[in-house]
Amino acid sequence: MEKISGARSLIKALEKQGVKEIFGLPGGANLPMYDELYKSNIRHILVRHEQSAAHMADGFGRVSRRAGVCFATSGPGATNIVTGLATANADSAPMVAITGQVPTAMIGRDAFQESDIIGIANPVVKYSFQPTKATDIPEVVKKGFYIAETGRPGAVLIDIPKDVQTNEAEMSFPEEVKIRGYHPWTDPDVVAIEKAIKLLLSSTRPVILAGGGVIISSAFAELQSLAEMLMIPVVSTFKGKGAFPENHALSLGPIGMHGHAEANKIMSEADCVLAIGTRFSDRSVGTFAEFEKNLKIIHLDVDPAEIGKNQTTSVAIVGDVKASLRIFVKLLMQKAFKKTEENEWLKHVSEVKQYWHDNLKIPQGELTAARIMRKLREVMPAQSIVTTEVGQHQMWASLFYDVISPGTFFSSTGLGTMGWGFPAAIGAKAARPDLPVVDIAGDGSFNMTENSLATSVLDNLPVIVFLVNNYTLGMVAQWQRTFYDRRMIGVDQKRCPDYCKLAESYGAQGIRVGDLNELGQAIKAGLKSDVATVIDIPIDPEEDVLPFVAPGTSLKDMILPS
Amino acid sequence: MVWAILSILVENKPGILFKVTHLFRSRNFNIDSISVGVTENPELSKMTITTIGDEKQIGQIVKQLDKMIDTIEVKRLDDKKTVFRELSLFRVKVSKPSDSMEINNIANSFGAKAHDARKDSIMVELTATPEQINNLQELLAPYGILDIARTGVAALQRGGD
Ligand SMILES: Cc1cc2nc3c(=O)[nH]c(=O)nc-3n(C[C@H](O)[C@H](O)[C@H](O)COP(=O)(O)OP(=O)(O)OC[C@H]3O[C@@H](n4cnc5c(N)ncnc54)[C@H](O)[C@@H]3O)c2cc1C
Ligand SMILES: Cc1ncc(C[n+]2csc(CCOP(=O)(O)OP(=O)(O)O)c2C)c(N)n1
Ligand SMILES: [Mg+2]
Repeated sequence: MEKISGARSLIKALEKQGVKEIFGLPGGANLPMYDELYKSNIRHILVRHEQSAAHMADGFGRVSRRAGVCFATSGPGATNIVTGLATANADSAPMVAITGQVPTAMIGRDAFQESDIIGIANPVVKYSFQPTKATDIPEVVKKGFYIAETGRPGAVLIDIPKDVQTNEAEMSFPEEVKIRGYHPWTDPDVVAIEKAIKLLLSSTRPVILAGGGVIISSAFAELQSLAEMLMIPVVSTFKGKGAFPENHALSLGPIGMHGHAEANKIMSEADCVLAIGTRFSDRSVGTFAEFEKNLKIIHLDVDPAEIGKNQTTSVAIVGDVKASLRIFVKLLMQKAFKKTEENEWLKHVSEVKQYWHDNLKIPQGELTAARIMRKLREVMPAQSIVTTEVGQHQMWASLFYDVISPGTFFSSTGLGTMGWGFPAAIGAKAARPDLPVVDIAGDGSFNMTENSLATSVLDNLPVIVFLVNNYTLGMVAQWQRTFYDRRMIGVDQKRCPDYCKLAESYGAQGIRVGDLNELGQAIKAGLKSDVATVIDIPIDPEEDVLPFVAPGTSLKDMILPS
Repeated sequence: MVWAILSILVENKPGILFKVTHLFRSRNFNIDSISVGVTENPELSKMTITTIGDEKQIGQIVKQLDKMIDTIEVKRLDDKKTVFRELSLFRVKVSKPSDSMEINNIANSFGAKAHDARKDSIMVELTATPEQINNLQELLAPYGILDIARTGVAALQRGGD
């Protein structure tokens, strides 16, 4: 057998894995990998900051449901991706990050650009590897993708010392790997599913709560069949937004801190919930004790550790959403039960929905949150991919931008990482160049990774930045207005920078709009453009996100617009 | 609050102890004692961790440990069906000649051994349950304990279970 270097075997293993693009930035400790990448057909997408490389890989992974890959050098390159690893992992997104490390003999000597990235990243990754021999690399790569993509997906880190990259050896590439302590899939327990069905059919006020797991498992058709067979209203978590078409008659939208009023209302009235692929975050449920009061919880999740972590369950089903929902549907078809098109509960649900549709007060004005989001929805094709940044604009997107085509809405929800949305949009575009991609952004968040404009323009990955510009760290400002008696500190961006000029300086398109009509035109221009388009939308910095369930209170206690 | 003994079979690879203890830290669980050693299979090590928490917390600890990719098996041992022992060493102060005799007597009553008897101190070794060791410690305390070393618990379920 021919001898090849560790770096060569890495690139070969990535090619075998089907990797077509890598987001990254080189440095001393990963030069051997880059030298092999030079000889490969894999496309390298150069970033301006490694954090963005990780977010791009994350966006790519969420959209394609295959691990996105990013490269960084040792030391500061590696520490720069930590936020990206934590963000992907918190949201169970598949990602493989590959870092260079100082040579084995230098580890522990405080070498130049040495950082113990395995130690630093440990609590924020699903798994990490540091191969010590070149011959380990093919297997490590195979295992890395296997772990990142299966069961509850997550971020995997592979840290390769420079000598391990350069050492040559005869390599063999495993077709399959087994990991003794890793059993990602459990066959769903049919008996538990039967129990769940019984409970759902015997309850009078049932709801389905669709979580992020539905999107991860891409079980959209299954969820819709089940909801329609049982005629049960569907709420979601914010991460599960768009797991179920939001224009469907049974859809009520996200619950939680900034949930839809009708969703929070119906969720708090329910007597039984089928919670699918959700980890019951405090942002979704308000207070744990209050949420489970008088509520029977059926919890379906692939991760056994999620069962009973935050809420007490009546029926637990451990398994993949798609596989389990198929069994639900099959069992229901065998049972000759009569579905009720009409009952008291459904009637009440649609009344509540109608009430909030008619009565939720939204501020008057031309460019208000609700109106700009609805305009965006109106102009964007249904199957467009949306990412968001973090802040008020993100919550307004949740409230006023309806996801019609399931699984097209992505956001940093668990960590809430400002600066995620734009690079993630670029990663999404790399995964689906055929679809329009828009990042619903806030000015503060965009500032954190706006230099990705260079990547978007130069690597031909055009996306729209829908910049909801209050020149304010608006979400924080809202908390200061609400809970700190308007003592505003550290939130004013002082009308800096000029986003149109900023966009233009990168060779992108910048459009400032003054009314809804111009906004519509700008979105259309963005859809047609072959460079990134930043749409600067000035909005009132005092506008609040409402309804608002204050932290530590229950979904019943929504603060409503007055 | 209950005291639980967890027996964890893990890959015998560098960094595993770090990952396990880090899990306890990041999830805000307690480690009461920990001991590690290789097993009959050199690829695997056995960790024995004793911990304190309410039933729900301990259930979570077991599940989170189980979820770790490097853990092969996580068992919560039933302390009634388990032999568990800890090795302890005490250096006890000898202030007057009679102390030496008394300390020896206490040690004998626990089945402990005395070592390294000197004019001003004596070492006592006891392998027993943590509770018995605590009892011994209480009785030795009045003489003045100069130094203590405890290993943490090693545990094996009795045969047939
Ligand atoms: C500013 C801000 C405000 C927010 N406000 C809200 C709010 O109002 N309401 C709200 O709900 N959230 C809100 N969030 C988001 C919140 O922090 C959590 O990220 C979110 O609620 C988590 O949703 P989830 O549990 O459905 O999804 P995830 O965190 O994605 O969890 C997915 C679950 O599904 C499981 N799973 C994964 N894959 C599968 C599979 N194939 N089969 C079965 N199970 C699987 C996982 O084990 C996990 O338990 C907010 C976030 C931010 C940043
Ligand atoms: C990296 C990071 N730092 C700080 C925060 C805390 N934070 C949450 S929202 C927010 C303001 C976001 O401002 P902007 O992007 O302009 O959005 P807006 O709320 O104004 O719509 C801040 C600072 C965060 N989520 N992420
Ligand atoms: Mg802002």
